[in-house]
Amino acid sequence: MSTPVKPARLRGDRVTMAHGGGGKAMRDLIEEIFTDVFLPPGSEDQARLTSDALRVPGAQLALTTDSFVVSPPEFPGGDIGKIAVCGTVNDLAVGGAKPLWLSAAFIIEEGCEFDLLRRIVASMQAEAEKAGVRIVTGDTKVVERGAADKVFVTTSGVGVIPPGRDMRAENIRPGDVALVNGVLGDHGATILAARGDMALSTDIRSDCQSLGALVEAVLAVAPNTRAARDATRGGVASALNEMAEAAALEIEIDETALPLRPEVKGVCEVLGLDPLYLANEGTLVLFVPPDEAEAALAAMKELEAGRRATMIGKARSGRAGRVVMTTLFGGQRLVDTLVGEQLPRIC
Amino acid sequence: MRYVEEFRDPVAAKAVLAAIETVVQEIGATAEKPVHIMEICGGHTHAIFRYGLDRLTPKGIEFIHGPGCPVCVLPMSRIDECVEIAERPEVIFCTFGDAMRVPGTRKSLMQAKADGADIRMVYSPLDALEIARRNPEREVVFFGLGFETTTPSTALSIQQAAREELRNFSVFCNHITVPPPIKALLDDPHMVLDGFVGPGHVSMVIGTHPYDFIAETYGKPIVVAGFEPLDLLQSVLMVLHQIRDGRAEVENQYARVVPEHGNPVSLAAIEDVYEPRRTFEWRGLGEIDASGLRIRSKYAAFDAEERFGVGYGAGPRLVSEPEGCACGQVMTGRIKPTGCPQYGTGCTPEMPLGALMVSSEGACAAYYQYGATDERLEAVE
Repeated sequence: MSTPVKPARLRGDRVTMAHGGGGKAMRDLIEEIFTDVFLPPGSEDQARLTSDALRVPGAQLALTTDSFVVSPPEFPGGDIGKIAVCGTVNDLAVGGAKPLWLSAAFIIEEGCEFDLLRRIVASMQAEAEKAGVRIVTGDTKVVERGAADKVFVTTSGVGVIPPGRDMRAENIRPGDVALVNGVLGDHGATILAARGDMALSTDIRSDCQSLGALVEAVLAVAPNTRAARDATRGGVASALNEMAEAAALEIEIDETALPLRPEVKGVCEVLGLDPLYLANEGTLVLFVPPDEAEAALAAMKELEAGRRATMIGKARSGRAGRVVMTTLFGGQRLVDTLVGEQLPRIC
Repeated sequence: MRYVEEFRDPVAAKAVLAAIETVVQEIGATAEKPVHIMEICGGHTHAIFRYGLDRLTPKGIEFIHGPGCPVCVLPMSRIDECVEIAERPEVIFCTFGDAMRVPGTRKSLMQAKADGADIRMVYSPLDALEIARRNPEREVVFFGLGFETTTPSTALSIQQAAREELRNFSVFCNHITVPPPIKALLDDPHMVLDGFVGPGHVSMVIGTHPYDFIAETYGKPIVVAGFEPLDLLQSVLMVLHQIRDGRAEVENQYARVVPEHGNPVSLAAIEDVYEPRRTFEWRGLGEIDASGLRIRSKYAAFDAEERFGVGYGAGPRLVSEPEGCACGQVMTGRIKPTGCPQYGTGCTPEMPLGALMVSSEGACAAYYQYGATDERLEAVE
């Protein structure tokens, strides 16, 4: 979308409390930074949504919302705006919905640079176009310095689930195969390195990406795909635990099958962290019936977002809600739900 | 990833496991009459469960999980003192991450942070030094914690602060040393230990000779081990060979990293900055002679105990362990974590009652997290 040419109305280079006051300064901020990019001229704050997908009998609406508070707001492979779009698109996609519309609400800290906001908004718009969604409404608040960390973004998303599609973890059956679309922990490791606290220099980039097209590609060849979950905060371990619990089944994974970059392994070794619990922003876990697993894998590998797709384990009857890992040496251990956040160890 | 992948080679591991099985049979050890091997270091405890080594080694070997997790052996009174310092309005209190959740009698550092104390998680004492430089109007206190592995970096930060004449940086020194608690364990008449796997990272600094007394005075074998699973298995095999052959020696499995006489630069920094305390309290083990370090008087300006009038400078303040907590018995190998009445009920990683459930390197947390109990990880069908 091209930005209409208008004389710049924002003065200075930072957000002040005046930009949240409801007056002209606020209107200038909203129009110049946000609506000029997201909305066609003449749009109003409230979105009226139409889509052919809604007219199909049996179609269901899906709605999701998420807030993003990542620090730093820009990092290798993405920024808070890109994550806000990807995160919400992916929440819809793993539920089987075709993502269509997003809202975006910004809580901006006094002193935040206009240029940072512009970059974030541009990256949101670019990712939205890539993912085939429109950002149709939003909100802006300014808070005093110290009450937020530069900028927080909340995105809500609406999508449509075609008739007959039912992707819930309860659907997983014993024997179903667990697939992931790519390497694990890149986002979490990138953020740890980008915070600059540890003098770690790595080339790792966040895996931040929208997965709507990938899910559709899998469903086209593996129509009985049972369920999917994006492995965001808490990592693949948390996603698997949630699915094992919802399905009342046991999930077994194989440590040798886990796709990990050497750099991510290295960061984890240095800090005493487990990559299974590191956050991802473009990685999902899928359960498919065994006879559709090969087709699903092949379909994922056709796409950039699924190039390193692989099978990591399977569901089985056993103890409900438990995730067990066969280690490199053939030993077994529990992959438990994380308590709080992972804390780097002393030595 | 050189030096990592080759120590995670499943084929090599199978061969070592087979050799372990053979030696265990030669010794005649069984589940009823096992060989007791203590891994001193919490990092080893963690690795054993993370790779499921406890389930791969024969039943004739029983691992006793030693006192080598500095977070776990930290007495509650010291956490109370941390909170006391951190709650002063002028203080920025800097700590390693895994000390955040350790319960004190009133609260943990994490709770104190939520209550408004300015507590920051750092990855190195040098980060705390940088915070001090940037905040000259605040008092920046670093929570110096850990064994010989982390002791030199704290010493270097104090030396650097002295060179820069920083007036707002101090260290709350809780550094401890490995050999004295091992001696205390060996002196315990109830102790049943046949050999030790020694902490490799500690020996990187102090070398292998500080363990000579284990072999020479107490006649027990010890093998200094690396932290990869294959390192551990090889070290266990080396300990078993010594037991089978009736030898008691200090052996170095981790020779690729550990120099026999340690790291002279680190040892010089330690010698310059610290002196032994007469005694130091260990959670679950009580007071142990000469097991802790304090900052020498020449660096008194950087000693938080001096600056804030807390800690051993103000007299020891023993706090009893929570009711029913059996951390001390677990750490001395008298019971397994699962033998503690509070394990998994009154004491979980979400709400740790005792020290060993706090850090992921504590024996109880490792048991719980990786499902070492039969109830949570029974044999798979």
